[in-house]
Amino acid sequence: MILFIEQLLNGLQLGITLFLMSAGLTLVFGIMQVINLAHGSFYMIGAYVGATVTVFTGSFVLGVMAALAAAGITGMAVEILVLRQLYDRDHLDQVLATFGLIFFFNEMTRIIWGKQPLFMDMPVWLKGSIELLPGLVYPIYRLAVIVVGMSVALLLWYLFSRTRLGMQIRAGASNRDMIGALGVNIKLLYTLVFGLGTLLAGLAGVMAGPIFAVESGMGESILILTFVVIVIGGIGSVRGAVVGALMVGLVDTLGRAFLPSLFRTFLSSSYADSVGASLASMSIYILMAAVLIWKPRGLFPSYN
Amino acid sequence: MKRLMTILIATVFVFSLQSAAAEPVKIGMITTLSTKAAYLGEDIRDGFQLAVDQEGGKLGGVEVELMVEDDGRKPEKAKQIAERYMKKDGVKIMTGIVFSNVAIAVVPKVVRDGVVYLSANAGPSMLAGKGCNENYFSVSYQNDNIDEVVGQFVNDSEHQSVYLIAPNYPAGKDHLAGFKRYFKKEISAEVYTKLGQSDYAAEIAAIRAAKPDAVFFFLPGGMGVSFIKQYAQAGLSEEIPLYGPAFSFDERLLKAVGPVALGVKNGSQWTHDLDNEANKQFVAAYEEKYGRTPTLYASQGYDTARLIGSALKAVSGKVDDLDAFKKALKDANFDSVRGSFSFGANQHPIQDLYIREVIKTDDGQYTNRTIKKVFENHVDAYASECKM
Amino acid sequence: MTSAIPKTVIIIAGALFFCSLPWAADYFGEQYLISLFTRILIYSLAAVSLDLLIGYGGLISLGHAAFVGIGAYVTAIFFHHSFVAEPIAGIVAGSDNALLVWPLAIIISAAFALIIGSLSLRTSGMHFIMITLAFAQMLYYFAVGLEKYGGDDGLSLYSRNQLVGMDLNNDVHFYFVCLFFLTLFLFISHRLVKSRFGLVLRGAASSSRRIKALGIPERRYKLVCFVIGGAGAGLAGALLANQTEYVSPGLLHWTLSGELMVMVLLGGLGSLFGPVLGATAYLLLEETLAMYTEHWMVYFGPILIMVVLFAKRGLFGFLTQKE
Repeated sequence: MILFIEQLLNGLQLGITLFLMSAGLTLVFGIMQVINLAHGSFYMIGAYVGATVTVFTGSFVLGVMAALAAAGITGMAVEILVLRQLYDRDHLDQVLATFGLIFFFNEMTRIIWGKQPLFMDMPVWLKGSIELLPGLVYPIYRLAVIVVGMSVALLLWYLFSRTRLGMQIRAGASNRDMIGALGVNIKLLYTLVFGLGTLLAGLAGVMAGPIFAVESGMGESILILTFVVIVIGGIGSVRGAVVGALMVGLVDTLGRAFLPSLFRTFLSSSYADSVGASLASMSIYILMAAVLIWKPRGLFPSYN
Repeated sequence: MKRLMTILIATVFVFSLQSAAAEPVKIGMITTLSTKAAYLGEDIRDGFQLAVDQEGGKLGGVEVELMVEDDGRKPEKAKQIAERYMKKDGVKIMTGIVFSNVAIAVVPKVVRDGVVYLSANAGPSMLAGKGCNENYFSVSYQNDNIDEVVGQFVNDSEHQSVYLIAPNYPAGKDHLAGFKRYFKKEISAEVYTKLGQSDYAAEIAAIRAAKPDAVFFFLPGGMGVSFIKQYAQAGLSEEIPLYGPAFSFDERLLKAVGPVALGVKNGSQWTHDLDNEANKQFVAAYEEKYGRTPTLYASQGYDTARLIGSALKAVSGKVDDLDAFKKALKDANFDSVRGSFSFGANQHPIQDLYIREVIKTDDGQYTNRTIKKVFENHVDAYASECKM
Repeated sequence: MTSAIPKTVIIIAGALFFCSLPWAADYFGEQYLISLFTRILIYSLAAVSLDLLIGYGGLISLGHAAFVGIGAYVTAIFFHHSFVAEPIAGIVAGSDNALLVWPLAIIISAAFALIIGSLSLRTSGMHFIMITLAFAQMLYYFAVGLEKYGGDDGLSLYSRNQLVGMDLNNDVHFYFVCLFFLTLFLFISHRLVKSRFGLVLRGAASSSRRIKALGIPERRYKLVCFVIGGAGAGLAGALLANQTEYVSPGLLHWTLSGELMVMVLLGGLGSLFGPVLGATAYLLLEETLAMYTEHWMVYFGPILIMVVLFAKRGLFGFLTQKE
């Protein structure tokens, strides 16, 4: 039972990381109608810059801030230089251009930082574990990730439903020309939204830094999971991203944790290990296919 | 006067003959220089290049031309490069492939076409056993060796039960099999994870619940970095010690893992502190040239180059006589940085295997220290299956 | 654009180029070009089959590699069993006869396309992209776990298939076999998109409401299109397995689907001949850049972006564009 709760927490934490990635991507999708395959690159930029600054200054907080700035600024630069020219174009042109960006950013990190993974440690005040329940010890850092992710979710909700900027963004999503006619600088608005999205990706990246390997190409491993999340949740819906991320996080973690032993109850052990492991790898894709067959537009379809 | 002229003409003739014969021997290196595993190929290349540079562009006194190309870790691409090397450039000697699956795709084909392939890293069982070939040499190891040594070491230790973890693909299963070949006590569990996975929270929670005496893992590259970090963060590294093959503990990965790897014991065929002349010279030269401690991959690249050099010297650069060249290779008449080195019947190394420990040096770097020689002149498990 | 080149001129030039390549390669002593261009022909075939889906059916699939992979694995598994002389699953005998195995690869790929297509076509747009991706990834992980056939290590063929009257192990013969199949598939696709079927498809892609209003079962048309595309990719897979004499799960991975899509877009969507140009440009660029610098991706990425920004309808569109 304790093990099950711990695995639930693990799933929750993975889900939260995925949410940070998905929120940015789904915003850009939903509001700007842009497919950004290079979203994972900003995750990577966040991790690389965060790791470098943390090691250099010895301060994790400075590292996080540098990571956010780097991911946000690079994001806005990419929007202005590349994506702005592609809003009126076919989705597929955006796919091709952002696919090119992945190549560029991956090789660029290898040129700047070298080919080996980078070191990033967590701050002393987040090290160690605490006993949540008798027998259930859990790393503080992972709890912190959960807390940060939830705060971001709340903040986004507040931004979109309670502030003027949020209203403009939503209005811009449903009718771009109208909001332009009302005197809102739609270009700037889009740049900001895109920057916000990449900043969130950078946040996810820098928070993943102390737990995962910081290496070139790390963005693509999580990118596909992120796409799975937003498709399950419904493209363009932040609420959908929350639900989708938690579902994917839980299914993936619980699948890995319990499927092999489940199979061992009725299959020979070596066969069960291999079938269970394969099925666990597939579990989120099976989840996605099932959701889409049941609800072809995701769980929370947006209107446009 | 006449005689002088004759000598002069003869000398010119001989020289012109020599310069015709001095066409450099081409060596084709197919390796991984992009993707997450890029640094492995970089080290193999740099180690190899060092040997060439030390002789001023020659190996064994014979001028060589080293061609290097990135396979992007894709078997199909590697095959394409191999084909170009053979057909366009007339390359007769190839090396460099990092990954076993790439090697399995490329090697059987090129050795059939008369190329001598020397592996500077991958040593899949298939090429050591039934699929062995007289044109194929492994200078590095047979994959399982590095796990067998850990298996033996843990078997001799006080640990009674071990938890095994590896990615769900054939190499993962092979490596665990290598460990189990010499570890005869209790296997607490055998877990296979998703290839390329980065979050191991679920697996680590399961390890905590299973309470084994030790954990043996094969998770190469970034997977291992993530796993070791998360394992330590969960507070398990003090309770249940980790063991693994050298792949997760080379000096460049250790930089990324940091202090949490301290004290972990791992198996290898080489360490930079091995006490022999060739090795001391290599480590010093490598550090001076590239500004970093050599990894085992670099040592394998270097050894491969030096082995080629010894054979080129023996046949005076005449690679056309393939049989003589192969025989010279098989003699392994060179000073390996590993100390004792010879080829077994299947042309895989017979060598010593060590257990090392991760330590921190005085200037704050993380590296390995040899603590025990576990196997002496170890022969791989597949040699008997090879009919050559 | 100042001068546009008529389509037919480009197509004829391309045809002449591909037909004369083996002799040219021989003349210049660059025989390896034959195998490089064989690979280009095969990828072209896969890209054309994807263009049929994306460019005409409006079906943006990010799982097309699945069918390439299935075709390749069928070929390899049959070869493997004939090589070790052990029937598949103890029932069906293996075979290395191209006339038997290749059609089988096509049929099995098409069957998978039928199943995946009929489920995926419940969705549309972005969701369609992702559900095709999901199915392809499931098959990818299935192949990784397929221990009997090498799992992630893949499966080596020790020779190419047998084809009566041909020696496929001869690179020139094999080149022309691939050229023949590419031409055949281009011809079939061309006839298809010009037919009533193609009209309906394009109508459905641009305005599905209108087609529905005409009482045409739109989804069935799209499904047929998906299956034909899958069959073409299956054939490409069978040829690819022969070309490299090796298959691995990498053939099913989403990155290959992505690369195929990039080839289609690079060449020009909905032009059938464009993807051939796209595949050629993509693979040649990759091959030559990598020869000059290990950091080839730094140049490759921006080149792709430039093509998007400045050649609006891909390379083919760029060449044939009238202004």
